[in-house]
Amino acid sequence: MTDLHLWLIPLVPLAGFLVNGLLGRKFQKRVVTTVALVASLIPLLQVAVIVTKFGSLALPHIENLGPWIQAGSFHADFSFQLDQLTLVMLSVVTGVGFLIHIYSVGYMGEEDGYWRFFAYMNLFLFFMLTLVLAENFLLMFVGWEGVGLASYLLIGFWYTRDAAANAGKKAFIVNRIGDFGVLLAMFLLIEHFGSVSFTEVFSAIAAHPAWQGGFLTAIALFIVLGATGKSAQIPLYVWLPDAMEGPTPVSALIHAATMVTAGVYIVARTHVIFDRSPYALAIVAIIGVATAFFAATIGLVQTDIKRVLAYSTISQLGYMFLGCGVAAYSAGIFHLVTHAFFKALLFLAAGSVIHALSGEQDMRAMGGLRQKIPITFWTMTAAVLAISGFPPLAGFVSKDEILYQTFIAPNGGKLLWAIGLLTAGLTSFYMFRLWYLTFFGESRTQTAAIEEEAAPVHARSDTKLVLEAEPQAHPVHESPWIMLGPLVILAILSVIGGWMGWPEGLGGSNWFSRFLEPAVGVLPAPSSPESHLTELILALVSTFVAASGWLAAHIMYYARPELPARLTAQFPARYALLKNKYWVDEIYAAIVVAPVLFIARWVLAVLIDRGLIDGGSLTAGYSAQGLGALVARIQSGNIRSYAGWLAFFAAALLAASYFGWTTHFFLQ
Amino acid sequence: MLNDHILTAITFVPTAGALVVAFLPRKGRVIPAFTLLVTLVTFVLSLHLPAHFDYAHHGFQFEENRPWISSPAIRYHLGVDGLSLWLVLLTTFLGPIGVLISWRAIETRTREFYFLFLLQQTAMVGVFVALDLFLYYGFWELSLVPMAILIAMFGPNRGRAAALKFFLYTFLPSGLLLVAILWLYAKTNTFDFVQLQALLGNGTFAPQALWWVSLAFLVAFAVKVPVFPLHGWLADVIQEAPTAMAMVVAGKLGLYSIFRFNLGLFPAQSRAIAPLMIVLAVVGLLYGALVALAQTDMKRLIAFSILGNLSFCTLGIFCFAVAGLNGAVFQTINEGVTGGALLVLVALLYERYGTYDMTLYGGLAAKLPMLATLFVITSLALIGLPLFNGFIGEFLVLSGSFQVHPQWVAAATVGVILSATYMLWMVQRIFYGKESSLVVNRPAFDLNVREQLTLWPMAILMLAMGVASPYWIKAIDGAMSPLAGNATSVPASPPAAIQLSGGAQ
Repeated sequence: MTDLHLWLIPLVPLAGFLVNGLLGRKFQKRVVTTVALVASLIPLLQVAVIVTKFGSLALPHIENLGPWIQAGSFHADFSFQLDQLTLVMLSVVTGVGFLIHIYSVGYMGEEDGYWRFFAYMNLFLFFMLTLVLAENFLLMFVGWEGVGLASYLLIGFWYTRDAAANAGKKAFIVNRIGDFGVLLAMFLLIEHFGSVSFTEVFSAIAAHPAWQGGFLTAIALFIVLGATGKSAQIPLYVWLPDAMEGPTPVSALIHAATMVTAGVYIVARTHVIFDRSPYALAIVAIIGVATAFFAATIGLVQTDIKRVLAYSTISQLGYMFLGCGVAAYSAGIFHLVTHAFFKALLFLAAGSVIHALSGEQDMRAMGGLRQKIPITFWTMTAAVLAISGFPPLAGFVSKDEILYQTFIAPNGGKLLWAIGLLTAGLTSFYMFRLWYLTFFGESRTQTAAIEEEAAPVHARSDTKLVLEAEPQAHPVHESPWIMLGPLVILAILSVIGGWMGWPEGLGGSNWFSRFLEPAVGVLPAPSSPESHLTELILALVSTFVAASGWLAAHIMYYARPELPARLTAQFPARYALLKNKYWVDEIYAAIVVAPVLFIARWVLAVLIDRGLIDGGSLTAGYSAQGLGALVARIQSGNIRSYAGWLAFFAAALLAASYFGWTTHFFLQ
Repeated sequence: MLNDHILTAITFVPTAGALVVAFLPRKGRVIPAFTLLVTLVTFVLSLHLPAHFDYAHHGFQFEENRPWISSPAIRYHLGVDGLSLWLVLLTTFLGPIGVLISWRAIETRTREFYFLFLLQQTAMVGVFVALDLFLYYGFWELSLVPMAILIAMFGPNRGRAAALKFFLYTFLPSGLLLVAILWLYAKTNTFDFVQLQALLGNGTFAPQALWWVSLAFLVAFAVKVPVFPLHGWLADVIQEAPTAMAMVVAGKLGLYSIFRFNLGLFPAQSRAIAPLMIVLAVVGLLYGALVALAQTDMKRLIAFSILGNLSFCTLGIFCFAVAGLNGAVFQTINEGVTGGALLVLVALLYERYGTYDMTLYGGLAAKLPMLATLFVITSLALIGLPLFNGFIGEFLVLSGSFQVHPQWVAAATVGVILSATYMLWMVQRIFYGKESSLVVNRPAFDLNVREQLTLWPMAILMLAMGVASPYWIKAIDGAMSPLAGNATSVPASPPAAIQLSGGAQ
């Protein structure tokens, strides 16, 4: 059996983390850069090597390094697995991960914590790669919680800002609520299978075709709870918008392309369990479509460019959930991949915009940037078209696959499809809104004035980047090529990435879904000559909807820019509802956080602990004043008297022992 | 040869050291330096145990068994098994660390401090290795005395009150324990643990007869752990005790004794009382975490965090699943290392800024990066992040116990959310945000070499135990498997027996 040294894939970034984390402070910047880039490049090369060998492997390919936990009959191993699903995830994580590392060299170039940033980024890669390579639930959980840690550290990268520190903490705690679900799922697995190994659990389920629902539903629902945390779905999505406090490359890598897709990945990975529980699948689909729609409506009115993208991410993750929920796992994963391209691109391009504007994130203070930062503009345009679902771009293909599979799903598929379609229209609208506000119209930038007298705009790699932390006025300028390079590559992928899953209904072969079949099962509604017409019609419908969204945005933010204000004035309540994100944060604070804190502070800490437990013993203490005086005397004096006290205690003990003993005989 | 006397050496080298300390001059750092040497020697000696431990053999090893007093028949019987092995190592490992953290903190009455510190070392190791109940009791009492004196002597604010509280909480139940031990002796004519275990296990005694004895044992130990709601002393003692003492005051001694005696001698009774203990454990776990959330004093926060984390151990013990028992022992060691490290960290903050009130801190991460890093690492270990020791312990306890009491364990699992909450809260308050006026106005000194020597070994151990857990668990598993089996094979007596008055037969 070929040894692929799978363990090296996560271990190399870990080494990068250790080197930069322990020594980076003393390193020169280029040493930090080299270490971090090499540590993220090597896994990419390893994945490339694996791709070349992939055809000759017996899948799933498992490499077991020995036990991690072993107690009684239970064991969990350092065991890695490679199959089609792993390969797809590996490619996304290492590929997009490496591009974003390169981008960060430019973006974070002037940060004081440069070494720290790259150490954390490598740490993230370590955990994310562990997550997708793990062969058992427990090792996957290492990655699962670990990416949460990396996310916590990176969101709070500018930790002196309270908003950043709060956001990091919030992300970690909300994710912990999800992790509670994953833990319970694992306990149930151990109870019923005595194992956490994917192979063992799935083959046990396969061997018992009669198992339906029941404990499998329980396990599936607990996994879903975890997935809603990690993938920012209702009800645990609240951390992701706040996570935008982190540096933009972090938003691109962790909060768009990779970590947040872990929830989708875990559902696809454990599809064997979900396939036995139509109930759990329905929950996944409903959560997905509800989140997709809900987040899209909030995205309509946000003015911070990164917040729009954050709600858009939540919404797109909802599509992936919807795909998984109708058992079209490969469609969900396909959208995961294309989304990684265009959403990473959107964030990186937004970062380039922010960079150009010296830290400005409010779209109301942008505008007219089309000519000033042309490469950013064109790459962003590709991403906007892709996410809005215009054929033949990547987002169109994958979203359409999900919508088609939803449409033909039994039991309410049409309704889910309709909501999904409506959401696609909203998506197109808010993305073009962002596009127009940022790049078109009059320049509303604070630096517009400076610029008129300043030197011609140019890309400067030495610009002091105190982005986002402390806005500082510079002339608007295009980003250096180290940032634009990744943009261009991702733009190309966003345009052509859909071809690998081009649907049969439109003359393709849907290679992607066929490739994934051995790992995640066949699509519930495979394409057939009879269905091609339906596929075609649905594709036309969704293209029309996307175009309508664009048109609406064009009217409101380009042709008649006074319209939005009028609409806002006309529907103040509805606007406030969206603007305030349905007050979900406030509701959670009132019904969860405040009561818990009240109970902790006043009921438990004061009433019970101080009052009952502490007070009771204090009373007992004062009633024993004599004893107290005795102990007090112990304090005075020197060693000799301590020795004396010890001797006294020993003697007392002995006496007590004989006393106790004889008492016993008296009692007899 | 060394095998035959190694336990005596590990136990009494600190005593010999204490006697020397009593005559050392209080000049310079002579006393702490000598104490450090003694604890290091003890630690190195103790490394002999895992190096020569026979993992295939499940009984006691490195035994020493000699008659000491013929009437009553007290034997000098020492030995370790997979349960006590790592607890001895934990104690000797924390020895040098205790000295290093006291190096600057204890400037007055150093002779008394280090004398009692070394006695405490002897007492704790003695508790773990003594296999004669009388001998054990001697060490148990000895472990309480230096602690109480040191709290009274060094408590910064209410030391005497705290010492008194500690005294009342621990000495009084210990009296009960003594009576129980003597009752057993009267019935069996032996203090020897191994003989007692055989005698009690062969059905000589009706399960009812042992009820009050087992309860006396349990109460004495549960107070020392502490088990909710017997924790009234904990926060005050941790607040007032010198760091080196606070690190060892909770957890291991009481938990070890429950394992050894309640599970070892009274399996049926322990089984019968398990439902109550499980409820107390789960309540204590959530209670500790929630009350920790309400604290602003770092030491009190840690105290309640310790209460919560030790409740995991209680839960694991009384579910009687092999994995849970393993996890409970593992978690006992974790708590010693991680809780200890946390106490060291806040003590270092105290040495720099003179307060444990975390609302006065802020923005320290940039000023003290090394301390901040170690604080975060320790916090992650405490909240059970995978690849740290805490995760192994919690996971084994919860997954093992889940098979027995799923609802209670599900409730307990909420604890992992709460622990993350209070720890991250504390980290944020101390290290993130803007620098507070307290922090701005004082020069920053990041960790010096001595302080790093104190903390890095603990941090590395947290990771090592989290990554290579089988190394520790293979010994523990050998000792725990029979306990789980023991409890299942003996039929539990009816719960009504709890109400039986003592000694009824």
